Amino acid sequence: MKQKKILEVYQNNLVKISVRREWCKSCGICIEFCPKDVLVPDDQGKPIPKNIDACIKCGLCELRCPDFAITVEGVEGKDE
Amino acid sequence: MKTVIDSYIREEMFPHIWCPGCGNGIVLGAIIRAIDDLKWDKDKIVAVSGIGCSSRITGYVDFCTMNTIHGRALPFATGIKMANPDLKVIVVMGDGDCSAIGGNHFIHAARRNIDLTAIIINNMIYGMTGGQYSPLTPTGKFGSTAPYGNIDQSFDLVELATAAGASYVARGTVYNPRQSASLIKKALDKKGFSVVEIISDCPVSYGKMNKMKSPVDMLKWIKDIAVSKKVWEGLSPDEKKEKYAVGEFLNKDRPDYTARYKEIIKKAQEMGGNK
Repeated sequence: MKQKKILEVYQNNLVKISVRREWCKSCGICIEFCPKDVLVPDDQGKPIPKNIDACIKCGLCELRCPDFAITVEGVEGKDE
Repeated sequence: MKTVIDSYIREEMFPHIWCPGCGNGIVLGAIIRAIDDLKWDKDKIVAVSGIGCSSRITGYVDFCTMNTIHGRALPFATGIKMANPDLKVIVVMGDGDCSAIGGNHFIHAARRNIDLTAIIINNMIYGMTGGQYSPLTPTGKFGSTAPYGNIDQSFDLVELATAAGASYVARGTVYNPRQSASLIKKALDKKGFSVVEIISDCPVSYGKMNKMKSPVDMLKWIKDIAVSKKVWEGLSPDEKKEKYAVGEFLNKDRPDYTARYKEIIKKAQEMGGNK
């Protein structure tokens, strides 16, 4: 299994989702409770924003993450 | 990536020790976001805790912190506040720490109405020691010391704190961290004894014994049992047994202990006691 980078950043032109893989404990809360089903688990159960274009930046994954491992930011200049 | 959280935690202590999906981390996040909203100086905040999983919070936050003995976080915090009333003192306790071992301290801190903020992380079980039932385990639920179901009636911390004389009483859940953060913010800002109970999950001890094996199952359950005050009032007594009302229950003004203590010092000096 290929080891991934410690901080994974996923971005489109509106939103940037960062996952601190070292801190994530694969509890699955962010994946289950995302209202837009943006996140899917990878082989270790850690979140990957497969459907990042659907993200509405509600930030619930960030607020509910017990490990401070996921953050959602608007991309600068394009944040309304 | 630099977040609000990063400027308030001791980053070298992370990842934290709590189990995957533990609500303590969610409550910690809510506390930090509430403090960030208030723009308080980190060096003027003292976080005090006792013993238990939740009490490890004091090790992770970059304030003045104190990890004290089991159940006695409130007496230590009372001492800190009396010695220096300018400090903002936050006490973080678990359900056992607050209502069993420290139950007496809890009601008397409320009776005195000393200007502290008590945040009780209620996971309804003694998680660290292996799942024994606590005074907040609901009737009929299972624990390692209640293999056939708990026969005790649990405390209602909201009613307990209100009756004992607190100034601010609220309840939130880890399922709704935004509401919890705003309740904590109001509690921190309140002069007098303020209590916020946060219903939390313990997937490892409580969840496994009560047929909720994953953190996701536990959060779904918490979503289900938490109802707003309005909905709560319309429920029948039988339905109320299974649910928890969530929101703000009490917000009143009463002179706090440090202010009354200052007055008595002044009075004693006027009467010549200090000569």
